[in-house]
Amino acid sequence: MNEQTVPAAVPMQKPRLDMRDNHDASRQALVEKVSVRDVCFYYGDYMALKHISLPIYERKVTALIGPSGCGKSTLLRIFNRMYDLYPKQRAEGEILFDGGNVLDPKQDLNLLRARIGMVFQKPTPFPMSIYDNIAFGIRLYERLPKSEMDDRVESALKRAALWEEVKGKLNSSGLGLSGGQQQRLCIARTIAVRPEVVLLDEPTSALDPIATAKVEELIYQLKNDYTIVIVTHNMQQAARVADYTAFMYLGELVEFGETRQVFTKPTKSRTEDYITGRFG
Amino acid sequence: MNLAIYKRRRVTNQVIMALSWFAAASGIFVLALILGTLVYKGVAGLSLKVFTQTTPPPGSDGGLLNAIYGSAIMTALGTVIGTPIGILAGTYMAEYGRGARLTSVVRFINDILLSAPSIVIGLFVYEILVVGMHHFSAWAGGVALAVLVLPVVVRTTEDMLLLVPDSMREASAALGSPRWVVIMQVAYRAARAGMITGVLLAVARITGETAPLLFTAFNNQFMSTNMNAPMANLPSVIFQFALSPYADWQKLAWTAALLITVAVLVLNIGARALTSSRNK
Repeated sequence: MNEQTVPAAVPMQKPRLDMRDNHDASRQALVEKVSVRDVCFYYGDYMALKHISLPIYERKVTALIGPSGCGKSTLLRIFNRMYDLYPKQRAEGEILFDGGNVLDPKQDLNLLRARIGMVFQKPTPFPMSIYDNIAFGIRLYERLPKSEMDDRVESALKRAALWEEVKGKLNSSGLGLSGGQQQRLCIARTIAVRPEVVLLDEPTSALDPIATAKVEELIYQLKNDYTIVIVTHNMQQAARVADYTAFMYLGELVEFGETRQVFTKPTKSRTEDYITGRFG
Repeated sequence: MNLAIYKRRRVTNQVIMALSWFAAASGIFVLALILGTLVYKGVAGLSLKVFTQTTPPPGSDGGLLNAIYGSAIMTALGTVIGTPIGILAGTYMAEYGRGARLTSVVRFINDILLSAPSIVIGLFVYEILVVGMHHFSAWAGGVALAVLVLPVVVRTTEDMLLLVPDSMREASAALGSPRWVVIMQVAYRAARAGMITGVLLAVARITGETAPLLFTAFNNQFMSTNMNAPMANLPSVIFQFALSPYADWQKLAWTAALLITVAVLVLNIGARALTSSRNK
């Protein structure tokens, strides 16, 4: 039924990307870290994503925005095959990542998830000490001597701007931290594994403005080393942190482009309506 | 405003309050009466001899050493056999087989087992073990108690694991943890207090069971550590001694009853303490 949107959606993006390239000729060459190619997603019989194609550029922040139920979180959860935990959910199409297809049934999910990390909407510290929360992910794939592990934990906490607040209580429970600290702990835990891509699913929606500002600052820092995809309800946040923005509506990708362009000169009227607050 | 309606409601409230108070008080009164009688009659026979000498023939001095030993051994055996099976079954139901047909079948059968009269369990083990081996034995007693432990542990394990939010499992999987690591290191840890509580309650339940032991371990007037022979145990000693016409046997029965009650009380308080520490 959506056959028509395929040819329409794919070429639609090309010229815009070229446009952005012209804008930023001075920037270093863009590398497409992950390529989403004609991806459809089903919850049982319900088609939640319709022929999505978009590039995710290396060491850039890409924001997925759109009204509730538009499929942005669904799309994010395809990158690391999170949906595989649940029966009756399936994806079609291709997500190319380092030459392989993420959606390949033979893909090793644990290795994939070690390379594509994820931070969730609600902070989810494990019921263990702050130290063990960070070390947990590292221990899955590396056997490190204690001193080296200490260094890794410390550097992850420093990267997540949490070290100063917790360095005296690494052995107390991660559950005892405030919401904002817990979320930074989760970010530290994710980057401690040294993934290549970090997926953020509305990471600040449960946080107060001060904690939000800290996390946003952190995202801005992290893009020096990581490729980041962030789902957000907050358009100001997308405008603040993202280099590229994808606007989704009813399971379709309406517009993808450089954040400045999407917010100031959207090419689609639906994007403009959403951004200016006329719906959603 | 109609004050009559309000007054009527207040009177109803006070009447119901008084009735509830009376019901609660009479429950506690009966419990206090039982405990009071038990302590009064039991403490009288309490002495060092209870723990150092075996059950005496009528008219002579003795203690409960063989019965205490037997109860401890068979309770431990029942717990050691029943707990791992119960935890594994509960884990299957909550982690792997959620929504599976096998899970609902096992849950239904488990609920029946949970409410099955213990004498039926005793007869069952008598039929398959005692008849098969041609003699009563401590092994059979332990197995009968294990069958009683099993449904309690299955139920609490499943319930406690289902209380662990899926977001915790997702967060763990998102770091690249294989399923078994998610369960062993995150889900078990989050559900630990509740699962231990379940085991303690199961132990408390079998500590006082008489019927399953009457058919399996039988009883033994003498100290025996032979697992292939009949073994003394506190509930059977109480049963035998309390019904006897000898005053010194009756006194020992009271003491044995006190010991069991104190053990169950300690286990229950331990379980409560664990549960409340989890909620902190």
